[in-house]
Amino acid sequence: MFDTIIDPNFKAPEPERVGEERVSLTRIVQELVFTVDHKKLGLMYIGSGLMFFVVAGLMATMMRLQLAFPNGKVLEPDVFNRLFTMHGTSMVFLVGMPIIFGFANYLTPLMIGTRDMAFPRLNAFGFWVFFFSGWLLYFSYLAAPGLYAAGSAPDVGWFAYSPLTAKAFSRGHSTDYWTLSLLMGGIGSVATAINIIVTTLCLRCKGMTLGRMPLFVWVFLVAAFLVIIAIPPLSACQIMLIFDRYLGAKFFDTQAGGSAVLWQHFFWIFGHPEVYILILPGFAIANEIVPVFSRKPMFGYPIMVAATVMIGFISLTVWAHHMFTVGMTSLGNTFFVVSTMIIAVPTGIKIFNWLGTMYGGKIRFDLPMLFCIGFLFQFLIAGLTGVMLSVAPFDWQLSDSYFVVAHFHYVLIGGLLYMVFSGIYYWYPKAFGRMLNAKLGHWHFWLFTIGFHLTFGPQHIAGFMGMPRRVFTYEEGRGWDLWNLLSTIGVLIQIPGILFFVINLIYSYIKGKKAGDDPWDAWTLEWSTTSPPPEYNFAKLPEVKSRRPLWDLKHPEDPDWKFE
Amino acid sequence: MRLRGTLLSLGFRVCGALCALTAPAFAEPAGLEYPMRRVAHIFQPLSRPAEMISEAAYLVSLICLGVFLVVAGLLVFIMIKFRRRAQDDGREPPQIYGSTNIELAWTVIPILITVVLVLVTSRTIGEIQNMKMPEDALKIRVVGHQWWWEIHYEDLGIVTANEVHIPVSSRDPAQATPTHIVLQSADVIHSFWVPQLAGKTDLVPNKTNDTWLDPYETGVYFGNCAEYCGTQHANMLLRVIVHTPEGFAKWVASQKVPPAAPQTAEEIKGHQLFYGYACINCHTVDGTVAEGVFGPNLTKLMTRQTIGAGVAELNDQTLWAWVNDPQGLKTGCLMPDMQLLDPEVDAIVAFLKTLQ
Repeated sequence: MFDTIIDPNFKAPEPERVGEERVSLTRIVQELVFTVDHKKLGLMYIGSGLMFFVVAGLMATMMRLQLAFPNGKVLEPDVFNRLFTMHGTSMVFLVGMPIIFGFANYLTPLMIGTRDMAFPRLNAFGFWVFFFSGWLLYFSYLAAPGLYAAGSAPDVGWFAYSPLTAKAFSRGHSTDYWTLSLLMGGIGSVATAINIIVTTLCLRCKGMTLGRMPLFVWVFLVAAFLVIIAIPPLSACQIMLIFDRYLGAKFFDTQAGGSAVLWQHFFWIFGHPEVYILILPGFAIANEIVPVFSRKPMFGYPIMVAATVMIGFISLTVWAHHMFTVGMTSLGNTFFVVSTMIIAVPTGIKIFNWLGTMYGGKIRFDLPMLFCIGFLFQFLIAGLTGVMLSVAPFDWQLSDSYFVVAHFHYVLIGGLLYMVFSGIYYWYPKAFGRMLNAKLGHWHFWLFTIGFHLTFGPQHIAGFMGMPRRVFTYEEGRGWDLWNLLSTIGVLIQIPGILFFVINLIYSYIKGKKAGDDPWDAWTLEWSTTSPPPEYNFAKLPEVKSRRPLWDLKHPEDPDWKFE
Repeated sequence: MRLRGTLLSLGFRVCGALCALTAPAFAEPAGLEYPMRRVAHIFQPLSRPAEMISEAAYLVSLICLGVFLVVAGLLVFIMIKFRRRAQDDGREPPQIYGSTNIELAWTVIPILITVVLVLVTSRTIGEIQNMKMPEDALKIRVVGHQWWWEIHYEDLGIVTANEVHIPVSSRDPAQATPTHIVLQSADVIHSFWVPQLAGKTDLVPNKTNDTWLDPYETGVYFGNCAEYCGTQHANMLLRVIVHTPEGFAKWVASQKVPPAAPQTAEEIKGHQLFYGYACINCHTVDGTVAEGVFGPNLTKLMTRQTIGAGVAELNDQTLWAWVNDPQGLKTGCLMPDMQLLDPEVDAIVAFLKTLQ
């Protein structure tokens, strides 16, 4: 026996409860500002994207109110011109881009079975650069008038054709805010894209060859490559524009022998891949949701990968189909007609493969699938109106008309936004551990769908009847009145739809049904961890043998790896 | 060929009927020389290039409609046939991973459709863009400004604005008298678009573009600037007045007659004010010291239908309102409010009304 000194009054101290301090607002803010966790950053991307979506959507509403009747008196011309510029710029750069990066950030590491993105701090950097580029753009409303008292927010259109952006035609500093904001946002986008590429190529879990990677990750890989190819031309022409405006360069100064068409080439070499950067993630989400809700594996996985890569390559060769009216030669026009039409083939293959996946399945019409079917239907329309626009002579009539407005809203709302909604209904349970309310979701779906078609369907016809886009008013008697009124009514139906969505996001966070780890009986790795996933994602890094690891787990008698 | 003709005229009629149905009749002033073609539809072409476009457009639209019906039909069929039933046994359906033959089929068929579309498109592009203008074709130079159109008939020595006058041509290609239009811009990019006459072509500064019109019927055709060009892009409207050949000769002759000298005391006072204020820095009146080129040529102002590039019909009230304060009618336009007193406006309007 040894003598031991025992203090009879000794009590073991309470363990230090790190990370479980009292939750307060400052604590949450501090957490969000300091975090390098890909999941938090992903949600911050999506959250701030949705915030800008509401702002830009309200801008659209104001424009539709002005256009409800001919000779509208709601807005001043310049106010209207600022609204459509800010609406377009915001929706592309501050809504579309961050939301897709949000999905990529949140899901890529979970799907490939790793603990975080390859460069977590670069990831945080990318988010904050994007976030402040958004505020910089909106700060123009306060700051851009400067000493000239001319102009406030940018009013040159989202593709800002020169020489309208030259000092002579755009006084004040609004164009500078636009330029700097896009430059800054571009840096963030490239950083995030590099991160996605490196993560995908280097951090896949054991057994996950490229051929077993979820299609979602494949598509984002292609989109990320497009980002790093497409953004530099945009940044280059922004810098050239700054040189023109402040350092006496003459790139786009037509009075001094510069070229107005040069800007268009630069911008659309960025701008058309950008369209695919935005729509490919829509495809990516559909690639996950269609199989799970049809209860079948993706039909023709290798062809889907090939089609995605083909779209990526071809999308770099089609830019001048935005420029059929600037007076290119007939040979030049024909080249871009051919390249544009070819891209319809891989896109068609994708649609057919989704149908092939649904064929013979047992389709569950839960909300993610409902939005996905809306997407299939609307993207089909958008694709076909795209084919119509690719016919250069037809484009000579339709370009810059309301038909184009209808077309790209079918692409970006009917295509991308529907898949974003679909993805949110699908992965919200994973991110927050609670299901989104189905009843509110159905209200959201039906109101928004009816409103959407009522808004943008009639715009096709207004375009056929010669209504140009970006007009703050129109004359009576041109036959456009009815279509514009219908369009405005459509917006007023979409708004409550979005309201139901926002309410649902908040309501379900507090009161939603508990989701469990795998509410949809799905097959990819993110469903194998808890909802919400822990900071380290997986207690033990998984190992996979096929494209559907959770299928193999659930059906040991009939695993995928026997057939792939 | 006959099928094509039938199809075209059917489409023409259907679009016409739809337009008539949805566009309430506009109360036009009485006694018009030519019909006002306010409601234009690109599927109702009345000019050769627009007709060529609509032929391609009909074909493409029909193919797209066909594809839509097939694929959307398939989607609906699959949704109904393969929905999960209420009495589902909970077993997973057969797992199918793909089929090379089927993949091949739905790759090859779209490629074939694409080939057809490419052939049709490139033929139409060539026909329209590489059309050889006859030597004696009427040539008009249109210069875009923020926010109005300057129109030169160099061979005829006429300068006007916002309203292009041309003679009617013929459906018979052998007797056609097309009009050649040269497009330039003085400031930013604009676009010349009169849907029933031709597709749009941009007016790009430091670049010269071409287009041509070959109208089948007389009338006043409505168009717009179709490329966003700044504050008043929406009110950069365009009219093309297609005359009978005699009517066009008459218009040309009338444009060449210089306006009568001011007669009444009011007109003379307006004349003095016009030359005394800054008006002449921007506006031209042929044969006088008013040689400004920044604004529209006013020599034959009163022969035009509209004022402010179509922002209003030209009449005594709108002319008075415009001279009094252009910013009231067309906010942001480049003609400043000259801060005139009412009697001065009266006098200038009286003078301007002699310009016919």
